[in-house]
Order: sequence, then C-alpha cells, then structure tokens
Amino acid sequence: MLLIPCPNCGPRDETEFTYGGPVSQWPEMNGGSTTKDWHRAVHFKSSKSTLVSELWYHDAGCERWIVLCRDQNSHDFTARAGP
Amino acid sequence: MHYSGLSLLRRAVCGSEDWASILTEPGMARSYDIVVVGGGGHGLATAYYLASKHHVTNVAVFEAGWIGGGNTARNTTIVRSDYLLNASFGLKNHALQLWADLSQELNFNLMYAPRGYIDLAHSDGELEHFTLRANAMRLGGADASILGLPDLQNRVPQLSVGADARYPVCGALVQEAGGVVRHDAVAWGFARKAIEAGVHVFQNCPVTGFDIREGRLRGVQTPRGNITCDQAVISVAGASVDVAKLASIDLPVMPINVQAFVTEPVKPTLDAVVNYNAGLCYISQTTKGEFVLGGATDGYVSTARRGSFARIEDVLARATQMFPFLSRLRLMRHWSGTADIAMDGNAIVGDTPIKGLKINTGWGYAGFKATPAVGHEMAALLATGRMPDLIAPFALDRFEAGALIDDAGIGPYPWLH
Ligand SMILES: Cc1cc2nc3c(=O)[nH]c(=O)nc-3n(C[C@H](O)[C@H](O)[C@H](O)COP(=O)(O)OP(=O)(O)OC[C@H]3O[C@@H](n4cnc5c(N)ncnc54)[C@H](O)[C@@H]3O)c2cc1C
Ligand SMILES: [Zn+2]
Repeated sequence: MLLIPCPNCGPRDETEFTYGGPVSQWPEMNGGSTTKDWHRAVHFKSSKSTLVSELWYHDAGCERWIVLCRDQNSHDFTARAGP
Repeated sequence: MHYSGLSLLRRAVCGSEDWASILTEPGMARSYDIVVVGGGGHGLATAYYLASKHHVTNVAVFEAGWIGGGNTARNTTIVRSDYLLNASFGLKNHALQLWADLSQELNFNLMYAPRGYIDLAHSDGELEHFTLRANAMRLGGADASILGLPDLQNRVPQLSVGADARYPVCGALVQEAGGVVRHDAVAWGFARKAIEAGVHVFQNCPVTGFDIREGRLRGVQTPRGNITCDQAVISVAGASVDVAKLASIDLPVMPINVQAFVTEPVKPTLDAVVNYNAGLCYISQTTKGEFVLGGATDGYVSTARRGSFARIEDVLARATQMFPFLSRLRLMRHWSGTADIAMDGNAIVGDTPIKGLKINTGWGYAGFKATPAVGHEMAALLATGRMPDLIAPFALDRFEAGALIDDAGIGPYPWLH
C-alpha cells in the first residue's frame, strides 16, 4: 500500500491516484529528431537505479499531475530527484 | 530413476527411504557449450529440450535462488491459448499441445487438468469481440466456443449471472483444452530429466556478469568463478532488466508487481477456470480444494514482491461478484511476483545485439502457459542457429521496427497490460 505524499494535499492513499508512469524525456518537436530518438523515448523507460521519478494524477484531491521519486524496491518516496 | 506404480509400491513398504534426490550438485566445469541464465520453468525447459531433442548436453543452468522459487511457482497455474493475434496464439497453442503429453514424457506428474477455461463477457460488444477471437482460434486449429447465458449457467452452475449484478455477465468464450498445471512440478520435472541427460544445474549461483568481446559473448561470471561458453540465454523473468544491463542491453520492459491468493480448502465446487473481465479476477479450485485467485497488476513499477491492499480488495470484490459463496471463505496464503512486462505487453524471445547471447523475457503474468513451447523453440534456436517460425515475431528489434504484438491494444504502458 502506498501512502503518496502529494505536495498539494499531503499524504494520501494510493487509490486516490492514477499512475502516469516514469517521467519521459521527449525528443525535440522541431523536426530535428529521428525515429530512433522516439523509439528510445517511448520504449525504454526502466530506471538506471532503483529510484524512479514518476507521474501521478491526483483524481480524488487536487486534480493535478505531480512528480515524485520512489524507490522501486522499498516503495519509499524520497526527497531526492530520480535519475 | 524411473517413477512407476511399482517403484511407488516398493518404497511404500520400505519406509520411503531410498528415493533418489532430483537435484544433484555437480562439479562445475570451466566451459560449457550453452549457459542458461535462470532456472525457472522456461530456462529448465530450454535445457531439457536441448538435451532431449538436440543431444546438446554440455549445458549449465545457473539459478540465483532455488529451482521453482521464481514466477514458475508464484503463478496461478492457468494454461490456455485463447489469443487473437496469430503470433500469440501460435506459441501458446503449441504449448497446450505439449502440456497434454508432458507428464508421460517427463515421467513426472504435472497434474495437467484440462478442465476448461471460461472467459466471461459483460456486454454484447465484448461478446462480439470474443466471437472474433474464438473464430481466429478455430482457424488456427484450436477448440473454442461461445456460450450464451443459459449454456454458461449450465457449464458453471455456481456462477452468479443475475441482472442486478454491478457488471452483469452476458456470455463467455470457452476453451475446454485450457486448465491448470501444477507449477512447481514443471520446474522439478524439467530439471530432473535435464540432469539425467547430463545437464548441470547450479542453485544459489547467480550470473553476475557477461564476458563480451568485439560484440560476441565469450562467457559468464558467477560467484563461483568464470565460465566460458559459446552461447547463453537470459531467461530470468522479473530480473530481466537488471540482468540484461550486465550485458549493456536496454530492454523495453518494466518490472511490475502481481499478486496471487489462496483460500482455505473446501469440497469440490468449481471444475473450471473462470476469468472475470470487468476489472480482472481469475479463479480455479485446486485438487486439494483451495481456491486460487489472481487479478490485475498492482499498476506501478515495483521489484518489491510486496503487493498493496487495494488490489487484494479489488480482486476479492470481483471474485465474490462471480461466486458470492466465496465471501464465507478466508484467505490462507497470499504472495507477489515481479512480472516482466514489455512495452506491447508481449514476450521478447530471440536474438540480442550481442552474438551468442539470446533473450527470453516480457512474459509478465502470462508466461507459465507457454513454458514448454518457449523451451522447445529456444532450444531449437540455440542448437541449430535457425530462427523458428513460432518465435520469430517476438524479436527484440520489433519495437524499433514498429511490428508490435499488442493483443489488448493498450499501448506502451506496461503497468496497464
Ligand atoms: C502472481 C503471478 C501469477 C501468474 N499467473 C499466471 C498464470 O495463471 N498463467 C500463466 O501462463 N502465467 C502466469 N504468470 C506468469 C508466469 O509465472 C511467468 O511468465 C513465468 O513463470 C516466467 O518464466 P520462468 O518460469 O522461467 O520464470 P521464473 O520462475 O521467475 O525464473 C526465472 C529465474 O531466474 C532467476 N534469476 C534472476 N536473476 C538471476 C541471475 N542473475 N542469475 C541466475 N538466475 C537468476 C530467478 O531466481 C528465477 O528463479 C503469473 C505470474 C505471477 C507473478
Ligand atoms: Zn493532491
């Protein structure tokens, strides 16, 4: 069970949220990016360490997307930014 | 040692004392033709078929923990081939054919029980889609039928089909050849026969690195020394992302937690595997009488093997919608496994960018049913160097090529598959 520390609403139960997955770095939309860039951005999301920076949408609270860093082994939310 | 009624009887009267151990601890050679990384069902099946079908026995299986300690024995034991897309159907239907004779072949009772797999539809649209899937299965040579409500109620008398349910059931797809297989017996059965044929199986011995030079695999590293080999296959399910990284391979896979539950045992009540699709809950009753239940993933990245209470509640709510009498039973056991889910929700089987190194991953919480087929085809690939038709579509490079095999049409969101 996750107790998710929403920066707007405080600690809330995970059932109040929708998971948005790890934060993505999208390629530039200026015509300079290649298919390979997009392939990498869309398909390779696993973290370099056990820490993941993730998006959560707080449906039952502030109704905003928030970014939080979590340890995928322990499920602890950390103040440190993920890689 | 050959198991038979006679061998059982003889030992029964002699105090059951001289049963030979299934697993031996062999001395480790410095070199093997093929190294299998991961002693789960898939890895052990690969080793078995290498020996039995291709006479390649200079093979080592390295298992970080113990045989059958991974997802092999954490799953809900369901086998079936009711998939829409040809690639998904082909491999799993091949597996279903193999399951039928495998107990005989391995001389080990896998308790394959084709008691029927029943996939419930909750709307006309869903039943229409199931009909499409059933037709595709029949074209592929499998049995499949669509049941309307009265027939479904006959087939599963205990199922609650009342119109006042939150998500009323309106019919089902049935595959009678689907059912359950005793999962830990699969690991032991394959391991036993592989070992008898000369394969070395090492428990408590993880592969900790790969020796790669000029783009070619030369060997693997373990805490018990370095081993040279011509080829290796990574078949480590939930640990795939981390193990592939040891070979500098990025996988389009994410680790996600999945839970399973077992109730206290009661008298035989349910003779089929039933799957509830409004949300997800699948249920069967073991020969011992316990109900085995599973559901959707926990829905976020995790390697904790620890599930959330919300999912337990969710699965049980759906189970009692199907079978209200379950509300009077208690859960006895409950556990998690790390599912390796790929960006299109399907498996990745075949070559890697490194010569001599193969991969088998992405089976998520649906790979138990495919175990013998994956082992069979992976062994063929390793032994002959030719890509078998059944696994060709599951290539790692399909993601870059855009040739995804997304049965559910969900998209690159493993936590939703
Ligand atoms: C809760 C749950 C329910 C499921 N239900 C079903 C179902 O009903 N039907 C179905 O078809 N599928 C189901 N699955 C999926 C199925 O269990 C898996 O897809 C399948 O077991 C994976 O292949 P495997 O058996 O080889 O994996 P595993 O048994 O996990 O084998 C991989 C092995 O690799 C080892 N390993 C890890 N790292 C290393 C290393 N560095 N070196 C050496 N070894 C290593 C691990 O210890 C492990 O034993 C379920 C999964 C879960 C978690
Ligand atoms: Zn909030």
